[in-house]
Amino acid sequence: MYLLQLGVVAGIMWMGYRLFSNTQANLEARNIASGFGFFSVEAGLPISNTLLPYSPADTYGYAFLMGVLNTLYVSALGVLLATLLGVLVGVARVSSNWLVAKLAEVYVETLRNVPLLLTLFFFYTVVLAGLPGPRASLRFLGHCFLNNRGLYLPRPLFQSGFGLVAAALALAIVGVVFFSRWAESHRQKTGTVLPTFRIGLVVIVGLPAAVFFLLGSPLKWEYAVLKGFNFRGGIVLRPEFSALMTGLVLYTAAFIGENVRSGIQSVPKGQMDAAKSFGVGKGVIMRRIILPQALRVIIPATTNDYTSLVKNSSLAVAIGYPDMVSVGGTIIGQNDQAIEIIGLWMAVYLAINLIISLVMNIINSRVQLVE
Amino acid sequence: MRTKKMLVVMLCVFAVTATQSFASTLADVKAKGYLTLGVSEGVPGFSIPDSTGRWVGFDVDMGRAVAAAVLGDAEKMKFVPLTSKQKIVAVSSGQVDITSRTTTWTMKRDAKQGVDFTFVVFYDGQGFMVPSKSGVTSAKQLDGATVCVTSGTTTELNLADFARANNLKIEAVVFDGKKEAFNAYTSGRCDAFTTDVSQLASLRTTVADPKSHVILPEIISKEPLSPLVRHGDNQWKDIVFWVIDGLVAAEEYGVTQENVLKIKKETKNPVIQRMLGVTGDVGGFLGLDKDWLVRAIQAVGNYGEIYNRHFGPGTKLKIPRGLNRQWKQGGLLYAMPIR
Repeated sequence: MYLLQLGVVAGIMWMGYRLFSNTQANLEARNIASGFGFFSVEAGLPISNTLLPYSPADTYGYAFLMGVLNTLYVSALGVLLATLLGVLVGVARVSSNWLVAKLAEVYVETLRNVPLLLTLFFFYTVVLAGLPGPRASLRFLGHCFLNNRGLYLPRPLFQSGFGLVAAALALAIVGVVFFSRWAESHRQKTGTVLPTFRIGLVVIVGLPAAVFFLLGSPLKWEYAVLKGFNFRGGIVLRPEFSALMTGLVLYTAAFIGENVRSGIQSVPKGQMDAAKSFGVGKGVIMRRIILPQALRVIIPATTNDYTSLVKNSSLAVAIGYPDMVSVGGTIIGQNDQAIEIIGLWMAVYLAINLIISLVMNIINSRVQLVE
Repeated sequence: MRTKKMLVVMLCVFAVTATQSFASTLADVKAKGYLTLGVSEGVPGFSIPDSTGRWVGFDVDMGRAVAAAVLGDAEKMKFVPLTSKQKIVAVSSGQVDITSRTTTWTMKRDAKQGVDFTFVVFYDGQGFMVPSKSGVTSAKQLDGATVCVTSGTTTELNLADFARANNLKIEAVVFDGKKEAFNAYTSGRCDAFTTDVSQLASLRTTVADPKSHVILPEIISKEPLSPLVRHGDNQWKDIVFWVIDGLVAAEEYGVTQENVLKIKKETKNPVIQRMLGVTGDVGGFLGLDKDWLVRAIQAVGNYGEIYNRHFGPGTKLKIPRGLNRQWKQGGLLYAMPIR
């Protein structure tokens, strides 16, 4: 029996070796280079929508990095927003308010049962068809503009001294964390409940604001201005990004909402009745009794949805958002070194998703029952 | 029993992975009985399925000519629609026998990407299209403009080069497919759309009001379009080259789809006699029979007939012959001697 297993392992290794040498031979026969040498060559390709400054004079390696950063950005923001929306939807699904519950159900069933690609095309088309051109932009809040080239917001320009404001904010947050810990232990000792949330809010907003005005408002704004074809300056949220984000978040939130619903329904009804009979408020029941127990059911399933979101972000390529797959695809087109780029794609997705799984497993082990 | 089954499966897998490289494409095509042609996802005039689902177009006819010469039947073909960035990998990996899909002949592709170019079938150049109402009359006015473009093409690089050379700030929105890019342009996402001029003319016919878009006068690049084959299979490359060369020569000598059989019977011109296999055996040089070119011309006509069928004055596209005239008329088409 061991001999057979050894044989199978040897066979698989031999196959792997043959695959590798065959690939090498075929690449050589067609004069296709291998390796990552091309990464240091000037890319010459245009990318709009990068997080760091980029120009076509940069290298292929840097261009690919821009794509990776965009993928990470979309994934991180997507996970965050989808979680917030998903929890809301899940709670709404079990709401005793008939209208709210039905609306949430319609939302979940619609989004879950339509392919994500179509959802993305839908939002992208709606964005482009529904919004006016730059010259007829919708203007709101003074210096914000919305048109079919994107949403233009003023860009904050930090003047000297703004660092102190940031420091004040950090100090306030640290202070509030310590205060709420003390307030908790105080409550356990004496039973007196302090208005922690309100005090915290005042400190976190008040302290930096006071520093800000004492220093004479060290912040200026760069406004978007219509110039030639389009607006220049300011911060731009392009339609490709907005459509991708909307599609990913709405789609994933539908799944997370179902996880939350099943999690909530997995908590025995007796607990709710018991809490009610003690006169505990509805919000507190949800926050402190139901959700902590529901998390045991919610987290494992949600880990899957997070990883799906990361993988689904590769659909960006269909609506013109330069994620890793889009930029990498262009690089393949220019160099034909498909194996290297596809290998990198797989490695990056694998790394992101392994990290997500790791973090979620740690969180999961914390919320499990300790016996 | 289980052990035995497993052994059989493993042996099969080994047999598959152990197959080295490819056999010759000619033998391969003859053995499977059809030609696999990589085409576009649907560019009117070049390659697009008609109302009955049959692929038609200029690029398609080049492939049909080869099928007729090699297999004796221009219908024995399978079509694989390819996006821009698939078109080279598809042929270098052997997924298709020929890619005939508006592909620009560049040094890097030819020398480094595992493909060989054959015969320039269309001399093209990259240009810009803008809505008429924008009032733009020159590409140099595009500073600050947003331009929709397809990924994985020379178009994308030419655009970046043009912007850098002229110190223009152009924002490119890059799409995977040509249709998506063009739709984004027509719905107002971009101020301009860029690709080869012939394709601009072609895509313009697909919008509701073609007159509402103008093509700017600047040609910012040279785009010699050529079918491509896998690098290293010289015999197959020769076949594709000489079949297309034969179509160009046929136009030069006045051999058409209609009169080819008649000319073959009656001609006294030794050049035409050699071409059409009346004397000598030029087909044999390629590993084909004597009637190779006669069949190709019967199937799709000579170069001029193919051009007129898809781009000529009777079509929607109406692309002037321009550089694609015969050398005797001041164009660049120059058939190598078939002898």
